[in-house]
Amino acid sequence: MAEFIIKNGHVFDPVQGIKGDKKDICIKDGKIVDKVSGSAKVIDAKDKTVMAGAVEIHAHVAGPKVNLGRIYRPEDKLFSCTPTKGIERMGGGASIPTTFKTGYEYAKMGFAVAMEAAMPPLFSRHVHEEIRDTPIIDEGAFPVFGNNWFVLEYLKNQEIENTAAYCAWLLKVTKGYAIKVVNPGGTEAWGWGLNCLTVNDPVPYFDITPAEIIKGLIEANEYLGLPHSMHIHPNNLGNPGCYETTLDTLKIAAGIKPKNKFGREQVMHLTHTQFHSYGGTNWGDFESKAKEVTDFVNKNKNITIDTGNVTLDETTTMTADGPFEHHLTGLNHLKWANCDVELETAAGVVPYIYSPSISVCAIQWAIGLEIALMMKDPMRCYVTTDHPNAGPFTRYPRVYKWLMSEKARKAQIEAFKHKDKVLSQTAIGTLDREISLYELAQMTRAGPAKSLGLAAMCGGLKPGMDADVAIYNINPDKPIANPDDIEKAFSRCAAFFKSGVQVVSNGEIVNNGNKRTLWVNVKAKENPQVMRDINEKFVKYYSMTQANYEALGHHFVPNPYAIEVDATN
Amino acid sequence: MTKTITDVICPFCGTLCDDIEVTVSDDGKKLLEVANACVIGTEKFLHSQSTDRVTKPRIRQEDGSWKTISYEEAADYTAKALAKAKKPLMYGWSSTNCEAQSVGNEIAEIAKACCDNTAAVCHGTTLIAVQDIGLPTCTLGEIKNRADRIIFWGCNPAHAHPRHMSRYSIFPRGFFTGKGQMSRKMIVVDPRCTDTARMADVHLQVEQGRDYELLNALRVAFKGEWLPDVVAGIPAEKIREAADLMKSGRFGIIFFGMGVTQSLSKNHNIDIAIAVTKDLNEYTKFSIMPMRGHYNVTGSGEVFAWQFGFPYSVDLTRGFARYNPGDSSSIDLLKRGEVDMMFTIGSDPGAHFPISAVRAIAKVDSVCIDPHITPTSGVSKLHVPVAFNGVECGGNCYRMDNVPIDCRKVVEPPEGMMTDLDFLTMVCTRLKKLKGAA
Repeated sequence: MAEFIIKNGHVFDPVQGIKGDKKDICIKDGKIVDKVSGSAKVIDAKDKTVMAGAVEIHAHVAGPKVNLGRIYRPEDKLFSCTPTKGIERMGGGASIPTTFKTGYEYAKMGFAVAMEAAMPPLFSRHVHEEIRDTPIIDEGAFPVFGNNWFVLEYLKNQEIENTAAYCAWLLKVTKGYAIKVVNPGGTEAWGWGLNCLTVNDPVPYFDITPAEIIKGLIEANEYLGLPHSMHIHPNNLGNPGCYETTLDTLKIAAGIKPKNKFGREQVMHLTHTQFHSYGGTNWGDFESKAKEVTDFVNKNKNITIDTGNVTLDETTTMTADGPFEHHLTGLNHLKWANCDVELETAAGVVPYIYSPSISVCAIQWAIGLEIALMMKDPMRCYVTTDHPNAGPFTRYPRVYKWLMSEKARKAQIEAFKHKDKVLSQTAIGTLDREISLYELAQMTRAGPAKSLGLAAMCGGLKPGMDADVAIYNINPDKPIANPDDIEKAFSRCAAFFKSGVQVVSNGEIVNNGNKRTLWVNVKAKENPQVMRDINEKFVKYYSMTQANYEALGHHFVPNPYAIEVDATN
Repeated sequence: MTKTITDVICPFCGTLCDDIEVTVSDDGKKLLEVANACVIGTEKFLHSQSTDRVTKPRIRQEDGSWKTISYEEAADYTAKALAKAKKPLMYGWSSTNCEAQSVGNEIAEIAKACCDNTAAVCHGTTLIAVQDIGLPTCTLGEIKNRADRIIFWGCNPAHAHPRHMSRYSIFPRGFFTGKGQMSRKMIVVDPRCTDTARMADVHLQVEQGRDYELLNALRVAFKGEWLPDVVAGIPAEKIREAADLMKSGRFGIIFFGMGVTQSLSKNHNIDIAIAVTKDLNEYTKFSIMPMRGHYNVTGSGEVFAWQFGFPYSVDLTRGFARYNPGDSSSIDLLKRGEVDMMFTIGSDPGAHFPISAVRAIAKVDSVCIDPHITPTSGVSKLHVPVAFNGVECGGNCYRMDNVPIDCRKVVEPPEGMMTDLDFLTMVCTRLKKLKGAA
């Protein structure tokens, strides 16, 4: 494999605590190394910023609901098609790009890893087919557990060991990465057109509460010692006043300690926090409760969060929170798609326009930024747009601009139709913090990598780690004259190396890299009871046989990278 | 000694039954018996064993007779014809696996072809309606476990999807439907008195082509508003009874077929059927699902969508994907005489397209990739027989509810026969050379 040396760049690496110092980065055989031979190709990064490849902790980029979005929104392709170009396959779609475009766009921004945030286990083979067709970036997928009948039945009887054994089995057969929970209990209730809006609402028939599901799955996660923590989208998403449910959810993690060998320090990851930080009683007195939520998270070290920033675009919302999407179509009257999945979950899709002329959308925009600016530890707060729910991932550079420049935020607030309302209902006008490049590297690289249990592999530039290196056209020595330059620089890398292969040069794809599928292979204790239960459910209630359920073979996972976990002790 | 292979997937209809048992000879070369499948599925498996199969590619000569050629020569012909054509049409894809579809899409991208699947003459109208109004749906196991109201609208599963009712919709005893058939009410809407209609609790014998009116009347009935005495040939009283039956269920589903997608009003029928489903969700839980025909037509739509962004009738001639059914759809392209090369795989347009479109196929360079001798192979210049997907080779397929199931290989194909995937890969390699593609 080729050797590279990246010279004269300003390096930002939280893993080694490097804050913009000039340092050479050496690459050999796909890894960062201390030094390379004289034959190494020299890349000059003078007056440029060098960071590790970025890590996406939560995005909906592959699978049935994403593709349903593509199928039912031909309008999303208007003005967003890209033709075949050299080694680049053609692409299309703005909020739900085709798989090829997804891979290229992430790579062009310097992303090395992306996690698909909700995989319905029954559809794991579909998710993996799309992941296979998404070039360059390494991807993993989180199977959803929060409404799974096995989990509901085991946890009703407080059977943590059985829950854990089932989780281990499901991660293996679906080639999944982590335990994802979406609207625990509420999505099962949606099977009957109902919902669970607090952590204490009992789930119909199963007679268990969301709080019990959450606690049980955290415990199962730590019992197994998985690389990532339980990753939760709580109940009551998106409603005025929902922050109380969010705080109730966060409190469940109190006192639980992480147990793993991956350096992960949290037991709960709260995703798209923006959607869960609303106060008020209706859309008229709708207000930010970012302070209340971030205060709690700041005090509790065993929680990490991501933001879910609204980008003020037309987009396509999609979530395993089936009842929420039904509620949303009632609000905006746009087309509604839904798919309930037997024994496991559901999903809904509704297009949405975050208009800067609507006060609620503008307040949502402000809340997302407040969360990032109010979080004291950037290693525990990661930038996401919950792609495509709050906006497409291709808008990350714009979010970075807002975070890094008060001037850019002020300009946007000025542009809002209801700016007074934004200022009165949120604290965005009082926040003068500007995220530094070092903090950005924490929020987009080292932080999410650590939370995912990948700290030893990616998110940093320490020798021995994967050689994912992004070079941006930003000179940290000079003050930024125009905030738009930040957006421009992060939109297209000057160069990007993925696992030691240069995949982007001057913002163009030059190599399709060696894409991998990350999954977690848990060696768990044999559990005949769980195996018998699985067998019984397939015989009686699934619509397919157990023998055909697994995502198996080269066609689905052509280049697997299994993270081994030994949970036998 | 014989071997029995279990959990085999039936490559016939969109029901994609995956509990078939197939007995093969010890050497894996002969398929002897098929258990659990319906008559059509059984035939599909056994048909692969017929001794009169075409096993080598054949090219049409000047005098109209066939000449046997090698797969290499066939791939050369196909690649050259695709490279030469200005507007090739690559049609079919519904009876092959997703791996082959994926390579086919790569070929289409290089050749700047129009690509289409059999939805064009089937559930394409459904897709248009879904693009208008959305789709509240579910997986088939949800029906099995929860549904107590089953509506078959313009479809006849007793004959077209023979195991649908026993596996998913009417008879199974699910988690919340322990009494099986007894726990469900069945409504059939069909102008004909089909075998499915004969089983129904309520048969609404709608006037031919008046489905839109009846669906609209149901929406009125849900709200208890005024109705004329008779709508679409059904007395108002009966419509109200049906509406009450639907509203009173805990979980309902509308299955619909070609009776509504390809009759008068086409996508508008589906549009309002989905609106009916949406309305019902104000009272209870309701879903709707198209009864997809080919076993992997759904998969073709999925692969098109994640690679090009559209589920069918995709036009790549400008180097990026465009979608405009009526303009970019197969029959329209053929009838307007725009197609200068026809590539068919896993489908039989010769039997299903209007004769004017079939004539257009006969006029141009054409390749038909199909294990069978079909009307399409009859009008094509080159016929490439391939192994039966789902019998002689595996590959991923999507059930009518979008659930992917990986098909199994149960028996060896006749010696020397290629699979769809192998042949397409050969064509792709050659085409890349001809076009100098990366």
